[in-house]
Parts: sequence; structure tokens; C-alpha cells
Amino acid sequence: MAKEKEEKVEEAEKKPEKGAKEKKEEIHHQGYVYKDVDSIVFGVASPQMIKKMATAKIVTPELYDKEGYPVDGGLMDIRLGVIDPGLRCKTCGSKLKECIGHFGYIELARPIIHISFVSVILDLLRSTCKECGRILIPKDKIERYKRKLDEVQEEAGLEGRRKAIKDIIAKLKTVNKCPYCRAKQQKITIEKPTTFLENDKRISPIEVRTRLEKVTDDDMELFGLKTGHVRPEWMVLTMLPIPPVTMRPSITLETGDRSEDDLTHKLGDIVRINQRLFENINAGAPEIIIEDLWDLLQYHVTTFFDNAVAQLPPARHRSGQPLKTITERIKSKEGRIRHNLTGKRTNFSSRTVISPDPMLDLDEVGLPMVVAMKLTVPESVNPWNIEYLKKFVERGPTKYPGANYIVRPDGKKKKITEETKEALIEEVEVGYAVERHLMDGDIAIFNRQPSLHRMSMMCHRIRVLPYKTFRLNPAVCHPYNADFDGDEMNIHIPQTEEARAEAETLMQVQTQLISPRYGLSVIGCIQDAVSGSYLLTKGFETSREEAIDLLCSIGMTNFTKLPNKNKISGKEIFSMVLPNNFNFKGKSKASDENGKREVIVEDGVLVSGVIDKNSIGEESGLMLRSLHKKYGERKTLEVLGKMFKLGIKVLLKLGFTTAISDTDLPEKAIMMIKDVLNKTEDEVNDLIRMYHHGKLEIFPGRTMRETLELKILELLNKARNETGKIVQEYGSKKTYTIIMADSGARGNPLNLAQMAAVVGQQALRGKRIEKGYKSRTLSCFKKGDLSSEARGFIKNGFKSGLSPQEFFFGAMTGRDSLMDTALRTPKSGYLYRRLANAMQDLKVEYDDTVREASGKIIQFEYGEDSIDVSKSENGRINVQRIIDSV
Amino acid sequence: MPKKKIVIKKHVLMPKHVKLIEKEKKDLLERYKISLNELPKIIKNDSAIVSLNVKIGDVVKITRESPTAGEITYYRVVVNG
Repeated sequence: MAKEKEEKVEEAEKKPEKGAKEKKEEIHHQGYVYKDVDSIVFGVASPQMIKKMATAKIVTPELYDKEGYPVDGGLMDIRLGVIDPGLRCKTCGSKLKECIGHFGYIELARPIIHISFVSVILDLLRSTCKECGRILIPKDKIERYKRKLDEVQEEAGLEGRRKAIKDIIAKLKTVNKCPYCRAKQQKITIEKPTTFLENDKRISPIEVRTRLEKVTDDDMELFGLKTGHVRPEWMVLTMLPIPPVTMRPSITLETGDRSEDDLTHKLGDIVRINQRLFENINAGAPEIIIEDLWDLLQYHVTTFFDNAVAQLPPARHRSGQPLKTITERIKSKEGRIRHNLTGKRTNFSSRTVISPDPMLDLDEVGLPMVVAMKLTVPESVNPWNIEYLKKFVERGPTKYPGANYIVRPDGKKKKITEETKEALIEEVEVGYAVERHLMDGDIAIFNRQPSLHRMSMMCHRIRVLPYKTFRLNPAVCHPYNADFDGDEMNIHIPQTEEARAEAETLMQVQTQLISPRYGLSVIGCIQDAVSGSYLLTKGFETSREEAIDLLCSIGMTNFTKLPNKNKISGKEIFSMVLPNNFNFKGKSKASDENGKREVIVEDGVLVSGVIDKNSIGEESGLMLRSLHKKYGERKTLEVLGKMFKLGIKVLLKLGFTTAISDTDLPEKAIMMIKDVLNKTEDEVNDLIRMYHHGKLEIFPGRTMRETLELKILELLNKARNETGKIVQEYGSKKTYTIIMADSGARGNPLNLAQMAAVVGQQALRGKRIEKGYKSRTLSCFKKGDLSSEARGFIKNGFKSGLSPQEFFFGAMTGRDSLMDTALRTPKSGYLYRRLANAMQDLKVEYDDTVREASGKIIQFEYGEDSIDVSKSENGRINVQRIIDSV
Repeated sequence: MPKKKIVIKKHVLMPKHVKLIEKEKKDLLERYKISLNELPKIIKNDSAIVSLNVKIGDVVKITRESPTAGEITYYRVVVNG
């Protein structure tokens, strides 16, 4: 829009797309108007063109007359478009916002070099004859060069062609005799920014222009200029287009003064100097005065295009801040392209830190009061809610729940303030809309970046809460991959009924339960909720009162299912949250009080087994999958929410903590571990001795040294596994740390063994630690020491404490893994992004084929077995279960 | 030692390629309601099909192992490289 002059000269880029024609027809059949961008041509506007597209000739730098009306032939001429409400455009007759504006022009008194084309002009001057204007290439070679360019383009595209053109021009610099007219060529230099010199003598823009006029159309091709779209002399301006007023609107200040746009200021300077130049020329003023004015005009036109030219002082406001002219408007991060076109922003959204609240429902989000009073939803007024909505207007923007705006039927928004309140209450009638504060139960879309999968944006119900963070149930952290170490999340409020309906049916949390990746629930019980359910269902018993208290605290009111006796078992309490006719058979991770691992639910009663991660955990809960299959998503979410709260309340009742003494082992176990470690150390030393005597049995394809390393690693790993088993066996099952590991809430047997017994071998790149000093790891070891402790085996546990050397080895691997994750995360993230972008419009059709957007087949059977993983059990359809259930 | 000539067709990792006869080709296009343009492509001088004596526009049926379904058939239309 800015200016045809502004655009770089480039060849037309043609991308003939295969099958584009068919697509065009196909889509046309469906009744769409369809246009395909085939090619784009960049050119330079000719003076005739500028005159033709202009609606007004600008002759005076004045803007407004005494009445404040735009002057005819001034820069704000009403033929250039309207920026004042109420006026009509003199050119097209449209009102404000309808008229897009029209160009004007001024005739320049003397030619002016266009700053953006200086480098092209320099190339042209240097490579063409000053007398005859032909390119300095002999006739017979021209064809060859042209062919070569075409070949390069075939191979390396337009990028390559541009490079080849540059090479040719560089070669012509040394030619000093025209091959056509034998004229001697002078050396042409440039005095930046816009002065061309020939033998240190200035070439005036008039002379530059006449030389450029001589360049033939045929030769232009070798400079990368397309015949018909560009003429070299057009790069020296004789006409200057005046941009429409709509792209440089003036602002009216509170005082009533008008403040003009930077571009208008600059254009004013140009017109003023241009007029002065005209007058001086006509009056026959001395050459020096004309030259000076000419240079000044050159400066103004240059800064009008680009106010950041290296050698020129930038044009400034009276206040001293530089003017923002055309180039500055487009360029850089704050420019039109990166700021306005690529970087768009959303209204009706909010972002803050998140924090957990397990008492919220899974599909709720806690919204701070301040946010709820800033974000609004429009509610349209009808005869049945008019009184109700008027109350919102009455409360206004400061009293919750109030309203911030009312919208008239013609779409005009009116802000509600303390002063306007009274009048607006009267004004509200059917057909209006009231933008009221958010309230409990409104719909919001909740999101955490990076939005890698569809579960990263889910629809929640709003709960307005005090304080200033977004609150969410910790169970939904997993799909968002959120934690509470300072994470921030975004919220968006849908503004129309359609948007709300769509969000509710497609994006609500319950619709996202079963992951399409592995067919299990992405949301499940975590941490305390798992430990709690485990403790509850493993031999827990309590009085009836306590049980009812517990159930009440998770919001249950119907106790008919509770057995009528005084002692209630934990299994019976847990059964309360299950649906009445639910049947389930599964395997638990931990064993129950009878040492069995079967989980059996019959008619909604947990008959035997413990509930742990394998039943209700995220990404593993089989019971959740069964519930989902039988009762649907809403019921599953409800049951899951109750299970979660129940688990937490149980822990609250029982008390739950961890201590260092949790992993204490009996004397016997400690002795056994010591034995294992001593035995292993002896074996390792034996191996090393054999290695030194050369008696080691070598693995095929390995050296003696490699064999030794492998054997040692194997021995040490075996030792750690053995100690792990001892810890498992002798560790008290009743301690909290072990309860967490057993139920799958947190930690695994390896972590326990590392705390209680032995940390184990530290490895760097799959080998024992070798780096450090010359042929030893640390200076406290002898050179060539291959023993286990000298190569990073940590034989202490975290609880007994590490020796200084061991600690150092631990720090080495710790740092290594830290680096590794820090470097790998962005790599894999980018890989994922590329995959997601490449496959984003693949779709499974009704005939089970996977096709891309244009209907081309990618896969003949989805997944080659046509199984929807989210409706399968581990990628397989359990036919027996379906038969049984019928 | 003379270089042993490798017959690609006999390699264990090489899926079976068969040229479809006109009738089968028509049925295939009918079954998926597509034209040849929608089929995946294979270059005419692909080592897997040079011995099949195919021409542009022929359809090749490929039978290969699949981790999910055991064995799966795939179709490709022969195109000019």
C-alpha cells in the first residue's frame, strides 16, 4: 500500500502448483469463489503511472484554511480521502472508514534520486556505456550470459540467479572501453548517500537520469530487471506520489488543536522546498542557490522514504525525537509486519500465575475477583431478563457482579461509569446487550504453552475466588504439563453463543479424558490422592460417624449404599463413590492385606484388592478406562473428582508425613547389604587382577580393556539390584516413604534402595567415570587404579552419607544429566513441532483411509489395523469382553 | 574376490511388490472412489519394481509386515522420476 516506488525490483516468482487446476475446479463446484495466487510481480511505478493513479495535484504546503477546512491542493485535500467523521470523500463519495483513500502527486522541480534504488542505479551506471547506454558486454557474449542465468535459476532458483547477476556486475567493473562505441569509461564512485561521482566530478541527477534512459530493454534482463515492469530512469523521481490521508491521519488533541502525522510533516517540507525551488528556477536565481535547494529537496525526499540512512542526520520533530517515516513504519519488531501482521493479540483474555486447589472440581478454574470484574460476557436483553440485567448495570463496573459496557443494537458500545449509570439503566431495552462481569459457571478456555496437543487448551467452568492466581485442580496438571513453581496460564472468554457451545461440546475437560495416544485417561489421581486411596482400601476401618464425616467432606449426601453397621471398612467407604452397577476386575501394583493383587469390584462394591496407581493413576488407571467405557465421560469425571477428594481427606484424617527413619533397615539387612558389596568388590578386584595378568576371557569383538569394563559394570549393577531386593524385602511396609513407593504415588524401589543402601555406579556416556586427571579420576587415587571406588561406584546410601570422592562423582553425573536435558528439550520440541505441522491436516475418512487435505491417500487403513486407540485396550479390541457384556 | 551381485528382490527386508492387472486396478480405484492422482507414488526406476516391467500409470501392490496388523497391503502408482 505504501508506495509502488518502495517495492524492491524483483522478477516475477512463478510457482506452478501441480494439480492446482483440479483443486480449483473441485472447490468451485461447492459454490465457493476461489482465487489462487499464481505469481506476484514487483515493479517500479513510472511517472505516468503516478500521475494516472493520483486524484489530486498537491501544490501548497498549507493544510487548512482559516475555518479549519482542508485547502484544495493542500496535503489534506479532501480528494485524498476522509479522516473526519461526517465528511464525504470528494473522489469516491464514501464516508469515513468506507473510503480507503486515494493517492495524490507532486511534480518535482528537479529529478531526485530514490534512496532505495541507489545501489541499483550505481550498478547500472558502472556497467553501461556513458555514451551509448549499452551494457559493457560484447554482443556475442550477451546471449551466453543470459543462458547461463537461466541455467542457474533452474538449479538454484531465483536466489541463485540474483547471486549470479551480482557476479556478472562485479566483473564489469574493470571494463574500461565500450565494446560497441569504443568510448572510454570513467570510474564511477558514490558519495553516500545519494551523490554519484565520475572522476571526482559530480553527476547531477538529471545526467544520471538521461544515462539510465539510454539503457536498452534487452540489457535490463542482465541486471535482474523485468521488461515492462521497470525502466531504470524511473528510479530517479520526477513525480512523487502523495500517500492518501487515511494512512497519515491527524489526531485532535483535547485542547482542540490538531496534531499531524509524521508523514504529513515530512510531505509538508517536501512541498514547501519544491515550491521554493520552482520559484527560484523561474526567477532565474543563481546556480548556487538552486543547487542548495535541490540538495535540500533531495534530503527531504530521502528522509521521507527512510529516516535512518547512515550518512544523513535523521529529520526530527521540534521536540527532538526522530520522525517515523515509511521505512520505519514497516521495518523491525515494532514495524507493521512483525508487530501488526504476524503478531496479533487477543481481547477477553488474561494471564497469571497458577496455584493448586484440590477442592475445585476437575473441570473448574478459579478466577481472581479482579479478573472477573475486568473480563465480561455480552448477555443480550430480552423481555424475560431485562430486569435482571438492569441490576447489573445498576451495580456498575465497581461492584461485583456488575457490568462494564452496554451495547446498542447498532453495535455502539457505551461504557458504564458512576455518572452515566442512571441514564444507561433507562436506556437499556430489548435488543441491547449488557457486558456483565464473569460469574460462577461461565465458560472459559484455559491454556498453557507450549500448546503441543489438544489437551493443552481445555474448556473449564469459572469459579470466582479471592486472591490473584488462577486456581486449578492438581489432577488436571498433567494434560497441561503444569506445575506450581511459578507457571503462568492463559484464559480466554468466548463471547458468542456459538463459541460457547463449541467450546463446551468439543473442549470441555471431560471430552479430553481418554488420550488418543495410548487409550488411557490423561487425568487421574496423583500423589496424595493415590496414597490416600491406598491406605483407605488396605485394611482401614473406622466408626460409622467417622465414615459419614469423611464422605460429607467430599460432598456426598446420600448414604443409602453404606452398610448398616457400626464399623465401616475403608473398602466400603471407597465403594460409595463407585456407580451402583459397576463391575471391574484388575490387577493392583501393590498387594492387599491378604497378599493378593487382584482388584475386584462387583455391583459397585469393592470386594477385594487395594486401589492404587494401576487402578486410578493418570496414564495407567484401568478402572478409569472401564468407568469411562460404561458410564461415559461426565460420570467418570464426577467419580474421579470424588475419588481424588476422598484420597486427600483420608490422608488429612490419618496424618501423613515422611521421615529419614522411614527407610531404616534392620541390623540383619544392613549386614546382608555389606556382604553383597564386599563380595562384589572382591570379584571386581579379581577381574582387575586377571586383566593385569592378561588372563581375562575376551568378549568377541572387544579389547581386553573393554571386556573388563563390561564385566565390572555388570557385576556392580547386579550388586545394586541385589541390595534393592534386600531393601524391598526387609524395609518396613508401614512407613510412609514405602507406602508412597508401593502405591505408586511417588518414588520407586530404586529410589528407596539409593536412600537406604547404596547409590550405585555413576556412569558418563554409558561408561564408568574415566575423565579427570591423567590416567586417574581424582588426585586421591593411584594412577591406573581401576577399582570400583576409583571409577565412580558409590557404595554409600544417601542416608548414611557420601564420601567426598563419591559426592564428586555424583556431582559429575548430576551436571551431565542437567546439561543433557537442557540441550535436548529444545531439540525434541522442535522435532515435535515439525512433525505436528507436517501432519496437521491428515484426517481419517469414513472408509478408514488416512488422507491429506486434497484427498490424497497417505495410508489405506488407519494405523494399518483401523483401530481407534482411544476406544481400544492397549491398541487391541477385546472381542471377548464385548461378547461377554452382550 | 569377485563382488557378489545382490538381488534386491530376494532380500529379507524387501516387501513383496506385484503389478496389478487392469481389472484389479479398476476395482481398487472404485473401492476408494479415487483417481490415480490420489494414490501414493513410486518412481518407475525404483529398484523394487524394475524387474516387474511396469509403465507409467500402472499400480503396484506392496505387501509388507506391520507391527499392528501383521501384514498389510499398500498401493502405489508408477510415475516418472
